[in-house]
Amino acid sequence: MALLEAIGVTKFYGDVCALAGVSLSVTAGEFVSIIGPNGAGKTTLVNVLTGLTPPTRGAVRFKDHDVAGIGPARLARLGMARSFQLVTIFPGLTVEETLAAAVLSRLGRTGRLWTRLAADADVRAQVHEVAGLFGLADRLGRPARTLPQGDKKLLDVASAFALHPEIILLDEPTSGVSTRDKHAIMETLVGAARRIGIQAIIQVEHDMDIVFGYSDRIVALHEGRVLADGPPQTIRGDAHVVATVLGRTQPLAPRTGPPRPEPDARTPLQ
Amino acid sequence: MITGLVLALALAGVALVPLAGRDYYATLMLPFFGYGIALLGLNLLFGYTGLLSFGHALFVAVGAYTAAYLTGVFGVLYFEVVLLAAAGAAALVAVPTGLLAVRYVKIYFGMLTLAFGMLFYSFLFKFYHLTGGDEGMRVLRPVLLGQPLAGLDKVPFLIGPYYYYCLTLLVLAALVMWRIVGSPFGLCLRAIRENPDKAESLGVSARRYRFYAFLIASVFGGVGGVLLAVPTGLADPLLAYWTHSGNLVFMLLLGGFANFFGPILGAFVFIFLQDAVMSFTQYWRFVFGAVLAVVVIFFPRGLMGVLLGGGLRPPSDGAAGLTARWRLPPPRKDCAGGAGARTEEE
Repeated sequence: MALLEAIGVTKFYGDVCALAGVSLSVTAGEFVSIIGPNGAGKTTLVNVLTGLTPPTRGAVRFKDHDVAGIGPARLARLGMARSFQLVTIFPGLTVEETLAAAVLSRLGRTGRLWTRLAADADVRAQVHEVAGLFGLADRLGRPARTLPQGDKKLLDVASAFALHPEIILLDEPTSGVSTRDKHAIMETLVGAARRIGIQAIIQVEHDMDIVFGYSDRIVALHEGRVLADGPPQTIRGDAHVVATVLGRTQPLAPRTGPPRPEPDARTPLQ
Repeated sequence: MITGLVLALALAGVALVPLAGRDYYATLMLPFFGYGIALLGLNLLFGYTGLLSFGHALFVAVGAYTAAYLTGVFGVLYFEVVLLAAAGAAALVAVPTGLLAVRYVKIYFGMLTLAFGMLFYSFLFKFYHLTGGDEGMRVLRPVLLGQPLAGLDKVPFLIGPYYYYCLTLLVLAALVMWRIVGSPFGLCLRAIRENPDKAESLGVSARRYRFYAFLIASVFGGVGGVLLAVPTGLADPLLAYWTHSGNLVFMLLLGGFANFFGPILGAFVFIFLQDAVMSFTQYWRFVFGAVLAVVVIFFPRGLMGVLLGGGLRPPSDGAAGLTARWRLPPPRKDCAGGAGARTEEE
């Protein structure tokens, strides 16, 4: 059964058509990458899927709830989390406080007026756990704005993971990160997802090394439409997709770049 | 440790004022208690949630008029009842105004709260048969803890039992607010101030929590209003006037909204500064305007920032953890909401 499903989603911004009847279905255990040239509608699709932007037409269903346009706060409580393309953090809160906000949200304790946050051992333990998974444990007391760019990105993603969502949407999780660090970040992400029990990951990504290295399904968007939807091998061999989306005339060469342990052999989340 | 010591000393100092034999200064302290409580609420809204209200005096006036109605019209003199009723009345008014106001942020929120304040002022001013119009309404001497204290004259009552009652209330209000800002709810408010979109994506509904903050701030405002009205014996429509809201914001900036105790210090300094300046010039508003300009330009973190050595330098928030809630981050220009909108506040 589909965990998250978009059915004929169309989105207009004024006269501009950002999405033209996109249908997409993601089941548990999948790692789906959305690719496409600039302006293909990738971020709009993520915004629609995460309830931030209501679609002009079409439906979005998550775990049998109609979630089109219900807003990120309610979706987060239903079990969907996201990270943003541009680093989105609480500049003045510490790493610990940022993660604590997410953990509190997950535990349904954000409305507690009369408990001392500092005395909440559950929250503290889970904050430390998530911080450990993302290598942030030694900078819990630092205000987010003082972190280096890579750590800000990690904190953004870590706070989404701290919600223990069933599905997570990552909008360019490695943008603005050096090529050398990209694989490390992806390894961290996939490892954390497995530890936390996240059932599906959807990511928007430009780096084809990352896309083909980690996905078990790739959705290629072009001008607001789904151009292709299939496993990496199929996409790699699709001359039309390669030409339109990847801007190459030759089929892709096998993956290059730094070696990873156990590449491609199994689904990342299983 | 040092903070605790300073607080204990300050508290002891305030408690000793009536014993110093200068009744005048003791009576000057009375509005300080009322403003202190109202500002604790206003700072939850501004310093912690990032919403700057220009209509907080509305709730102060609601508190004062509740006291006038209960004591003067209905003959209910029990102060505890009056306080509870004022808190309830303020909350009642805050529900519709808050639900509308929190749909907006920044200057739009400020303007809307200003409009609500002025609406209430017009109501108080025009509905003479209900509110006494420009003459206001009398607030009778309340009965504290069931003790009539009929033998005491007005001044001995005010700088005696009433003084300590108010001091206790201020301490209680500060403890309650301290608990609130250190709670999960308090963290969520700060998260919303820092980045409402991110807070939403973590499942924290910005609008709902802003509304709760508005509600709490209003209750503190209402209680503060009761405390202000008893010494003057009058609920006056000017309590709801926009300049009164402006004074509250001034006190907040003067003391420093980035610190929990800043607003209380601001109220204290404002009252004694006003008294001192008024005694040598009738152009005290001119002096206050200059003071406000200097504070905003040179001491954006207010007197508390100066005292704690923050001043112009960026603060060292390195030690801040879940337990360290002493300081808020410095004003930022780019984050949503009040703390960032420093240049828009004048």
